[in-house]
Amino acid sequence: MASSEGGYANAGEYIQHHLTNLTYGKLEAGSHLCDGSTTSEAVWKVAQCHEEVEHMGFWAIHLDSMIWSIGLGAVFLLLFGMVARKAHAGVPTGIQNFVETIVEFVDTQVRDIFHGRNPWIAPIALTVFVWVFLSNLMDIIPVDLIPYSLELLGVKYHKIVPSTDPNITLGTATFVFFLMIYYSFKVKGMGFIKELSFTPFNHWAFVPFNLFLELVGLLAKPFSLGLRLFGNLYAAEMIFILIALMFGGGIFIAVFGGALQLAWAIFHIMVIPLQAFIFMVLTIVYLSQAHEDH
Amino acid sequence: MNFNATFIGQIVVFAVFVWICAKFVWPPIMEAMQARQKKIAEGLDSADRAAKDLELAKHEAEKQLSEAKKEAAAILEQANKRATQLVDEAKVTAREEGDRIVASAQAEVDKEVTAAREQLRERISELTLAGAERILGSEVDAKKHSELLDKLAAEL
Repeated sequence: MASSEGGYANAGEYIQHHLTNLTYGKLEAGSHLCDGSTTSEAVWKVAQCHEEVEHMGFWAIHLDSMIWSIGLGAVFLLLFGMVARKAHAGVPTGIQNFVETIVEFVDTQVRDIFHGRNPWIAPIALTVFVWVFLSNLMDIIPVDLIPYSLELLGVKYHKIVPSTDPNITLGTATFVFFLMIYYSFKVKGMGFIKELSFTPFNHWAFVPFNLFLELVGLLAKPFSLGLRLFGNLYAAEMIFILIALMFGGGIFIAVFGGALQLAWAIFHIMVIPLQAFIFMVLTIVYLSQAHEDH
Repeated sequence: MNFNATFIGQIVVFAVFVWICAKFVWPPIMEAMQARQKKIAEGLDSADRAAKDLELAKHEAEKQLSEAKKEAAAILEQANKRATQLVDEAKVTAREEGDRIVASAQAEVDKEVTAAREQLRERISELTLAGAERILGSEVDAKKHSELLDKLAAEL
């Protein structure tokens, strides 16, 4: 699929294709279209090439990322909701066992890290953990399987791993950041501003410096949270794409590529839950910090 | 790889996920788990209590058994004593009865002997009288000599 038979001029084009999201957005009047023409008026459309995506700017949306993100969230909520609806105190069986194991695991983490009383923290942690896990899990599916199938159906671009889209990971991290700010004000009120102004140097003269330091530290949290997940999954995805390139290079290279693919997938099985776990733990830690007076 | 409105979409979508999870998913599961935990704790508790009760009952049974044994032994001993006493009493009674019988028999014998001796004495006096009559060839005045004969008989 990776060679010219697959419709790609070279490896660079193949990689770029696999890193482009299915983007829906507005093209301003006068934009160049993929076929070389120029639009006379603004149009809303699904981008057909990389250039169009570039022209769309901020007010565009990655359909594939959103669909898979919502879909995986729905899988999580339906699976757990089904168990929740039939949850009983008797002897648990099958799926209830599985779901309760995860709930118990998350609950233990929350109890260990978060010492306040807030019934929302544990559900937030559970949602973060399972959703990130499922998103990462999509990375195990061979990179060409779903995109190529959809391409035959006329969908030009498709990325199935939401956590390789920085919009998605930063969006999730930003949601956590909003919660941090919300709880900081809710718990400490104006004490939160005071905390930002008078640490680490407790003196009036240092207030601007302190504010700068603390705000940078505060903003670094969602950035590091989102970019860590994105970086890990993006790099892994990139390696899967590079390995997939080998399948077009003759029988020996293809077999070697298959072995590499297997090895990387097995290694990746470790990364998937680990990144989900890190995201969850950091979420709990940040929210715990928001609740604590220093 | 562009930064765009997907970012805002994800924030909204994720907030909805969290809200649904916190409202409809987490509470029933947690409730069920806690209820089960309580049930198990109660079960273990009652099992402990039952074991303790059993131990207590065993103890009680042992105590009662040993008491019963002691009581039985006491009753047995008493019965033995009573039996011995009865035997002793019976022995004494028998001996007394025997003594009495022997004594009455002795008295009877004595009486018989006395009677026999009396008879014999009378018989001797008669025989003596008859002998004397025969020797003397004449009738002896019984009245005249009876006094002498009685004296003789008394000496026998």
